[in-house]
This record gives sequence, structure tokens and C-alpha cells, in this order.
Amino acid sequence: MSAPAATATMGRVAAHLHRRARWRWPEIAFWLAVLALIFALPSRAAIINEALIAGLFALSLDLILGLTGIVSLGHAAFLGLGGYAAAVLASQGFADPLLGLVFGAGIAGLAGLVTAPLLLRGGDLTRLMVTLGVSLMLGELANRNGWLTGGADGLNFSIGPVLGLFPIGFTGQRNAALYSFVVLFILFAIARRVAHSPFGLALAATRENRLRAGALGVDTSRRIVAIYTVAAAYAGAAGALLAETTQIVSLDLFDFHRSADVMLMLIIGGAGYLYGGIIGAAAFIVLRDVISAATPEYWEFWIGLALVILVLAGRDRIAAAPRRLITLIAPRVMRRGVA
Amino acid sequence: MTVPALEARGLIRRFGPLIATDDVSFAVQSGARQALIGPNGAGKTTLINLLTGVLKPTAGQVMLQGRDVTHVASSARVRMGLSRTFQINQLFPDLTPAESLALAISERDGSGADFWRVAGGRPEIIAEIESLLTRFGLEADMDQPTRKLSYGKQRLLEIALALATRPRVLLLDEPAAGVPEAERRDILAALAALPSDIAILLIEHDMDLVFNFSHRISVLVAGKLLTEGEPEAIAADERVRAVYLGEDAHG
Repeated sequence: MSAPAATATMGRVAAHLHRRARWRWPEIAFWLAVLALIFALPSRAAIINEALIAGLFALSLDLILGLTGIVSLGHAAFLGLGGYAAAVLASQGFADPLLGLVFGAGIAGLAGLVTAPLLLRGGDLTRLMVTLGVSLMLGELANRNGWLTGGADGLNFSIGPVLGLFPIGFTGQRNAALYSFVVLFILFAIARRVAHSPFGLALAATRENRLRAGALGVDTSRRIVAIYTVAAAYAGAAGALLAETTQIVSLDLFDFHRSADVMLMLIIGGAGYLYGGIIGAAAFIVLRDVISAATPEYWEFWIGLALVILVLAGRDRIAAAPRRLITLIAPRVMRRGVA
Repeated sequence: MTVPALEARGLIRRFGPLIATDDVSFAVQSGARQALIGPNGAGKTTLINLLTGVLKPTAGQVMLQGRDVTHVASSARVRMGLSRTFQINQLFPDLTPAESLALAISERDGSGADFWRVAGGRPEIIAEIESLLTRFGLEADMDQPTRKLSYGKQRLLEIALALATRPRVLLLDEPAAGVPEAERRDILAALAALPSDIAILLIEHDMDLVFNFSHRISVLVAGKLLTEGEPEAIAADERVRAVYLGEDAHG
């Protein structure tokens, strides 16, 4: 009698634990829609490409901020490193985009691994300052080592076709967007899988209560170093994509506004569920495009307003507002229907 | 002579001029039901933090199953069989009880660093989660975010999580603290049903619970171990009455 009951509970436990791991149709629809957009709007391929790369950058921040609860105000350090690594490699004659992508992600990941131990002690303020400081130092190093980076002039270079077939220069902007799309999708699918693994559960536990995570045997420091390395590599991949698809890098890649913008994107889209960065990046870039076309110089006002409302009102409440409206209106409508 | 499950040897911890733990030596034998009592400010929490490795001692040693773990990180001590619960709930508010248990079990069985398989993907982990949920009466709430559970259920999850690490030694820090009378029975039943091969050190203010549960009591006063003994001897000890029982106006 208890055996079937136990099996029923086991089925419930398994179903509960696996509920988020399965791909659902809205997700599949989302990715198909993005892909369709690239083909439907060839004249907008450049901005779509920019949004996809910003989405990858925001996804990488979500790995540390949303999943693990580690704040960063210097994530552009890895974007810049990845971009410059790919650019330097290409300007040395190794113009294969995939090679540059892997190299950029690798260099940035290495930098993440080296700097992650700085984030293990102290609170959020310490982490904000440490990450900001690291990005300032790297930006200045790129500035000072002009023999390698071109200094303030940046680097122009040419890049080969993807897989030797698809040129991604200014004549191949749709190819560039497709290239970024495929890289984003693959890295997203990997991140999604990791988030639902025992490792991902340990990251969530570290975010929720680091003391208790440690008391359950989780080596939280090692987990933080591991995910910070992965996030840095993701940001490096975003930087490499940006460099390769625009065929130019400048010190702007390391700039503070990049770190601030990516946090904005993630907060706008919602941290912790991996899609937030992509949606936030798209919203941010479309808004910027639309508003700055209407009122140049003024668009940041609206972004700022949106941010203040989001943070103060809370995303959950905003998301729940339509539902609340329905529950408010529905009974009256129904009463009227009955009467 | 058997090796104690957990042993403190001459533990000293200073915070500046304050001596929070003053040369404490005591042992918890395998399978013991032992209590640590003492008035507020006696240094019980500091002692727990020294034993679990949250704090480093100024001097002295901590031995776990005969191995010196004084310099072993707290998370590594957990994997060696020393687990604890917290006086104030230390849970994962946005994770569900099932997820929290899946985490604890994965870390224990060495699959905690697995980043590719779905958490709880193995049937034996599911079965263990299920058995812990049933044992602590948490089946109905297993898919709710922990922050939505009643306080008593959260106290039970505290113990279930510690147990999921399969400890040899379990430190229970005021497990019944603040639990409303209606849910108190569940906690007491859960404590009584803990596996008898686990050595348990109970830190508690509630004298009914202490005297019902433990076979041996250690009394800590002002950072020092005042005395140790069987419950009857402790209850009859004039010094204990003076510093502790009298002060608490209990019994």
C-alpha cells in the first residue's frame, strides 16, 4: 500500500526537479522568431547583430549576478580582452573567425580565473570596486601598449569568412548576424544545461545563503571561481564576436559605460532565468535606436525612467499587474453576465 | 578505548581582550546523545563555530573521528561527517525543499560538481529525497519555495538538510527555538527518530528537551567548561543551579 504511494511521490519529486530542465515550446518559438527576424529584416541586420552580441554579454553577467549573486561593475574587462585578443590574432594573419572566437573566449576566461579569487572575500561593495578596478587597469594597459593594441587609435583588421564560406564583413551583415545567433544559441544552451545541473543548484544555493551552502559541504569559493571563469569566457566570446563582425576594436570596449549598460540590460530583462539578458539587451538597443532617432541625446532619460520604475515597483508586481486587473474586472463582468 | 566521534582539545578563542572560549576540552562519543547548555553569553555559539570550522581557534585542536581537522575548511568537515543545524533558520528561500535536499545529497555523494546532468537525474537521489521528505512530513510542501513554508516546517527542513549530508556527528543548535506549540511535537518526534548511530550534540535552552533527550550534559559558563555528567548529576549540581538553572528561574 505504501509502495505505490512512495512511487507516486517519487514521480512528483522527479517531475518537480526536472520541470525547468525540459525545453518548452515558448522557448523554441522564441529562438525561431529571432532567427526569422534575421531573414525578415536584412536591412536591420547590423542592429540585430549588435543586440545578439549584447545579449550574449548580458547572459554572461547573468551567470554570475543572476545565478550566483556575484555583482560586477567591471564586466567590460572581459568583453575588451576577448575583443582585443581576437583582433590582435586576426591582425597577425590568423583571420579565421572561429579561431579568433575561441582565442578571445580563452584569454578572457583565463583572466577571469586569475581575478576570481579577488571576489571571494568581502561583500557586494568590495566586489563592485574590485571588478571596476580590474576593468580600469585592463583598459589602461590596452591604452599604454599601443604596439600591440593600436592604443587610442584602436585596431582595424580584416577577418576571413566563417568556416571559409560565409563572409561577415560589411557586405555580409546578415551572415554576421547569423554567426552571432548561432554562437549565442549554442552558448545559451550550454548555460541553460549547466544551470539545471547539481553544479547550477550549488550556484543558486551560494546566492541564496552562502553560509548554509558551506554547511552542506558546498565549496562555495571553488564554485564561484568556476562560474566566474565561465562568465568571463562568455563575455570574451561576445567581445570577439563584436570585434570580428565590425572588424575594428577600440578602447571603448573596456569603457565603464559598457559595464553599466550590460547591468542595465540584465536588470531590465530580469536576472536569474538566462533569457533576461537577451530580452533586456534587445529592448535596450531597440529603445536606444527608436528614441535616439526621435530625440538624440535624450534617450537615456527614458532608459533611466524605465529603470527607476522597474527597480522601485518591482518586476514581479509589474508582471502581475495585468493578472490583478483581470481578477479585479472579471468578477464584475461575470456578475453582470449572471444578472 | 574507542575514539570519540568529536573531540575538542584545549580550545581557546580570543576576540581582542575577550576570551570567548577558555581552554575547553570535551568529547562526544559515537552515537551519543549529549547536550551543551549554558547561560546566554556562555560562548556556546563560538564553540559551535570552532567545532564546525566557521571560526579558527586561537589555540587547541578539533578532532573528528580521531583525525585532526583544526585546519580543515568547514565545507570539507561536512564532507568528513560533521554537520549542523542553525539556531536561526539558514535555508535557501527561493529554492524548494526538494531542490535543497537534491543539492545536499549531490554534494555528499560527490556529484556536486557535475555540471552536465540534470540535478536529481538519478533515481537513487530521487528515492533519498523522497524518503527524507516523508520522514520529516514535508512531501506536501516539497515543490513550494522554502520562504512560503510555515516556521515549524522550516525548522524540520533545517534538520532534514543536515541529515542529508549523512553526518557521523550532528550539532543541533536550538532546534525547537521559537516553534509554536502546535508544531513543536513534530520537531520532538523528528529528534527522537534520528538514527541512533549518529553522535548528537544538542545546544538548547529548553530544559525539558535537554533532560528528555540527552544522556550526558556539558555545562559551559563564561567560556569555560564548568562540569559534565549524567542528567541527574547535573540537575543536582549546586554550581549548575546557581549559575544556570537558578538564573533562568526554571525547575
